Amino acid sequence: MSGKHLNLKLKIWRQSGPQTAGSFVDYQIEVSPDDSFLEMLDELNNKLESEGKEPIAFESDCREGICGTCGLVINGQPHGPIPKIATCQLHMRNFNNGDTIWIEPFRAKAFPVLKDLIVDRSGFDEIMNAGGFISVNTGGVPDANDILIPKEVASESMDAAACIGCGACVAACKNASAMLFVSAKVSQFALLPQGKPERFRRVEKMVKVMDDLGFGSCTNTYACEAECPKGISIRNIARMNREYFLAKVKSKELEV
Amino acid sequence: MGWLSEALGSSIGKKFVMAFTGIGLILFLIFHLVGNLTLYGGPEAFNGYVHTLDIVKPIIRVIEVGLGLVFIFHIYNGIKLWWENKKARPNDYKISGKSKNSTLFSRTMIQTGSIVFIFLVLHLATFWWLFNFSGEPHEKGDAYYAIVVEWFQIEWYAIFYVIAVILLGFHLNHGFQSAFQTFGWNHKKYFQFIQKFGTAFAVIMALGFASFPIYFLFFYGGN
Repeated sequence: MSGKHLNLKLKIWRQSGPQTAGSFVDYQIEVSPDDSFLEMLDELNNKLESEGKEPIAFESDCREGICGTCGLVINGQPHGPIPKIATCQLHMRNFNNGDTIWIEPFRAKAFPVLKDLIVDRSGFDEIMNAGGFISVNTGGVPDANDILIPKEVASESMDAAACIGCGACVAACKNASAMLFVSAKVSQFALLPQGKPERFRRVEKMVKVMDDLGFGSCTNTYACEAECPKGISIRNIARMNREYFLAKVKSKELEV
Repeated sequence: MGWLSEALGSSIGKKFVMAFTGIGLILFLIFHLVGNLTLYGGPEAFNGYVHTLDIVKPIIRVIEVGLGLVFIFHIYNGIKLWWENKKARPNDYKISGKSKNSTLFSRTMIQTGSIVFIFLVLHLATFWWLFNFSGEPHEKGDAYYAIVVEWFQIEWYAIFYVIAVILLGFHLNHGFQSAFQTFGWNHKKYFQFIQKFGTAFAVIMALGFASFPIYFLFFYGGN
């Protein structure tokens, strides 16, 4: 343990259910600067439970920045003030003694609040179900290096695949647009030979579902890229736009 | 052609319409500014320029109709996008972190666009209407230049003109590079250049257009 404890004032969004109105509730807490942000919420919940109060509902799983489950809007920024980390990787040493911290859920029509800080992100699953896959033929195991893929192309695809689907892009975008997420998923497949056969159908269907779910349109503010814990580039959005135009002009299907 | 209307009505399609019409309007602005530079050549140069356009009036009329449609699509689509995007987040955040992750220019397109639109209406009602339909200019050779001088020497008009073209610069600063991103022309090698070029273009347009009212209000000794 190092450093002095921090006295913080927390203003946390409490909402008992999807249909009820929520509001901010004030909490006072003393934490170690070595605590992670989620550990601070754990400590607060322990305290609330010992007092017989309802603990704060929030999501987390791996707590090492790879699963994409955690996601809070901290002082107006998804995953907090430090770039390229998830909420679970944020530590209290980044705050000062006496700070007031506002904690809100991701806010979007397509991400309705279920309880307190938990939102329903199943819209992302629906988008993935629409085309975020490769229809693999079964058969014998192919030889290594049977399909040649240049290193730069593989790296670009992997950079797009680094998306953990946390939804921070939607939370950060002033239009609650899911373009960065969808474009990362479209790109990771479109770049590789295995993803090419279905590229047109994939982008058409994923965009259609994205629009139907009520996500907003991209207006190129690039807030998504700035807040993405994995640093997914907006060049993926440019690539998805190209894929989409090509698909609309060249695909054989009249209806998506 | 159901696929086409569906494509243009999708979220990406609406971006495409904004970018495509935006590029059209940018081309018009360049032509308009270059033509207006004849104002610095004095009454003869400017009136000569307007007379030249008068000679090819039928062609100009066709272009004007096209330009009007481009404006209408850009404005209609812009308002639609703004309205739908507002609905995509019914409850906004209590604390806004927007200034930390995006530029003011990119967030205020609807506001700067709206003021430019109000300006456009006023601009058409004064210069365009008077040049085309007042009848007066055709009788007097130097009336076009005189109309410009007269309006630009009205203080409120000149000040509003300057404010509007500065906001037009804000609008262009985001819009220029945004159009390239929308078309999918974002590449590590040249996108930074496009962004810088867009900013330079926006500054040149704003300063270029603002220079006319400033010149006639403060430096023109004709009256």
